Amino acid sequence: MSDVIKQAIDQEYKYGFVTDIEQDTFPPGLDEGVIRAISAIKEEPEFMLEWRLKSYKQWLKMEEPTWAKVSYPEIDYQAISYYSAPKKKELNSLDEVDPELLETYTKLGIPLEEQKMLSGVAVDAVFDSVSVATTFKSELEKHGVIFCPFSEAVQNHPELIQKYLGSVVPHTDNYFAALNSAVFTDGSFVYIPKGVRCPMELSTYFRINAANTGQFERTLIIADEGSYVSYLEGCTAPMRDENQLHAAVVELVAHKDATIKYSTVQNWYPGDPKTGKGGIYNFVTKRGTCLEENSKISWTQVETGSAITWKYPSCILKGDNSVGEFYSVALTNNFQQADTGTKMVHLGKNTKSTIISKGISAGKGQQTYRGGVKILKNAHNARNYSQCDSMLIGDKCGAHTFPYIDVRNPSAQMEHEASTSSIGEDQLYYCNQRGISTEDAVSLIVNGFCKDVFKELPMEFAVEAQKLMEVSLEGAVG
Amino acid sequence: MLEIKNLHVSINNKKILKGINLAINAGELHAIMGRNGSGKSTLAHVIAGKDGYEIEGDVLFNGESLLDKSPEERALAGIFMSFQYPVVIPGVNNTYFLKAALNAKLKANDQPELDAMDFLALIKEKIKLVEMDESYLSRAVNDGFSGGEKKRNEILQLLTLEPTFAILDETDSGLDIDALKIIANGVNQYRNSERAILAITHYQRLLDYMKPDVVHAMIDGKIVKTGDMSLAHELEEKGYSFLSTKDTN
Repeated sequence: MSDVIKQAIDQEYKYGFVTDIEQDTFPPGLDEGVIRAISAIKEEPEFMLEWRLKSYKQWLKMEEPTWAKVSYPEIDYQAISYYSAPKKKELNSLDEVDPELLETYTKLGIPLEEQKMLSGVAVDAVFDSVSVATTFKSELEKHGVIFCPFSEAVQNHPELIQKYLGSVVPHTDNYFAALNSAVFTDGSFVYIPKGVRCPMELSTYFRINAANTGQFERTLIIADEGSYVSYLEGCTAPMRDENQLHAAVVELVAHKDATIKYSTVQNWYPGDPKTGKGGIYNFVTKRGTCLEENSKISWTQVETGSAITWKYPSCILKGDNSVGEFYSVALTNNFQQADTGTKMVHLGKNTKSTIISKGISAGKGQQTYRGGVKILKNAHNARNYSQCDSMLIGDKCGAHTFPYIDVRNPSAQMEHEASTSSIGEDQLYYCNQRGISTEDAVSLIVNGFCKDVFKELPMEFAVEAQKLMEVSLEGAVG
Repeated sequence: MLEIKNLHVSINNKKILKGINLAINAGELHAIMGRNGSGKSTLAHVIAGKDGYEIEGDVLFNGESLLDKSPEERALAGIFMSFQYPVVIPGVNNTYFLKAALNAKLKANDQPELDAMDFLALIKEKIKLVEMDESYLSRAVNDGFSGGEKKRNEILQLLTLEPTFAILDETDSGLDIDALKIIANGVNQYRNSERAILAITHYQRLLDYMKPDVVHAMIDGKIVKTGDMSLAHELEEKGYSFLSTKDTN
């Protein structure tokens, strides 16, 4: 391995700091009492508590999945604290937010104040488990858009929660989803009413802060008939020695003629570059249902962080003529492992799905693309196009591809393309000889490789994503 | 401009270059002719700064030693090499690549960088000189290009970056006669009294169109004879063996 690669590996995680705010934290451990306590703190209606308990009982019966191509020491679920909140909770405006917390956001490059003024992005910032600030509320309210912390939605819109919660990802879905359903503390809720085009990009920044605190967000987005919403999610986390479990659930529901565009830039702490110790375990269930005809759900993700990523944003194409899309760039460097991909389930007629996956492995990173395309019996004239490309940087990393295709209707049209390439010494030398530095050359080559995905990101994120790739890859080759 | 002093180069303890001395002045075009394996391309790469050689002696560019400099430092100082095998970079737009290269150079010289519009105007002029279709600009660097197209793309880069010293490493190999003329024409447009060229080739064909000032014959890592264009004709006619028998020990 060349010096330049070593330099990249030695680079410290830019966002590795811990905010010193007094936390209101449960002692580690999970039992029915903990779940009741979470529900009580949240002052939840009875149906929520019942749902949580039902999920918990389900979880107890389940086993942690082992099929993913990742390895990590056994997680002790009793060693995790399931609730943590900054102590100061009653906030009416940003002025009341702990200045140190605001400082944290500033370090992360998301100054709320400035963002309110400049970017036109409404931010629902989740600091650990409790949402502390929500902006642009009034503008959204004018259009009838509901964008609020999940716990608030449970209070104010219980009928929507009751109707849609678990309708896409049931509490029985998988081990981590069941756990999330039992213990989730907060997250975001979005409802776009009939015929409304959401006037701004909606955005949430998650940040894990408290040591040994599992973070279990729950996001639910409902786009009613003829509506449109673009939702952005971005993450960073501070440096920690203990692995932090993150098991979020995201559910999307698109009604007739509605479109949901969900974009993620994920940059959680990947662990110590030399040992891989201490990174985030990101075990996420993300799924959307195109419930009725002509609906569309589009996932775009740029995954550069976490020690382990286990994530398959998927689409259930139930409505006729509905469209599902998945655009992904995943980067694994040093000791990172990622098993990621998507599932497209075609139920309706003339349903269409597109999968574009770009995996980049550097250092000792291991990456797996796992994709499932299922065309069911009644899905006449379904179409799928899949393209998954892997790029290897250096000779100690790995890329693996597991595409599953299950077609039960003869009228289906399926296309699958895959490629593996590497950044060669000769390419770098060629760029160098033209006066382009190695770092710029790597970024040029990688961005060229990721182009098809980056162009799907909203403008604000496209630039951020390119920067993130540059930072994550800085000198990854020599 | 370029001065090579008693240059010895080995790869994995195998001696490739065995004492090269060469001085190239501004305005001159030198040609090095030699058989496969004689060390011509090694010389080109040593000047350009490729990694992996054990080097003794020195290579000076405008009086300064190049040997401690990285390939990009040398490039930014004004050295360009047209590759014998231009490298494919999938997904990276040819225009974008060339713009990055030109702007790196402009930046290094404290000159303002070109924006996309200005660069496009420039490149559209340059591409005419090598008679390439504008569609090549939007394709990925050398991706799916034929051998001749790749070589023309190299000359397009030469004409756009306008270095002070250009190495042409077998730029004529694999070209048909029309392409050869286009390449030679491009190179001739690049030439002026402030620039110098080192052209490496097996054959005199390219030299017929470029008219070198000095021709060197290289055998087994040494320059065994230096002359003018007549040496190129002699080599073409008699082959290299007439030199090798009397000049190697």
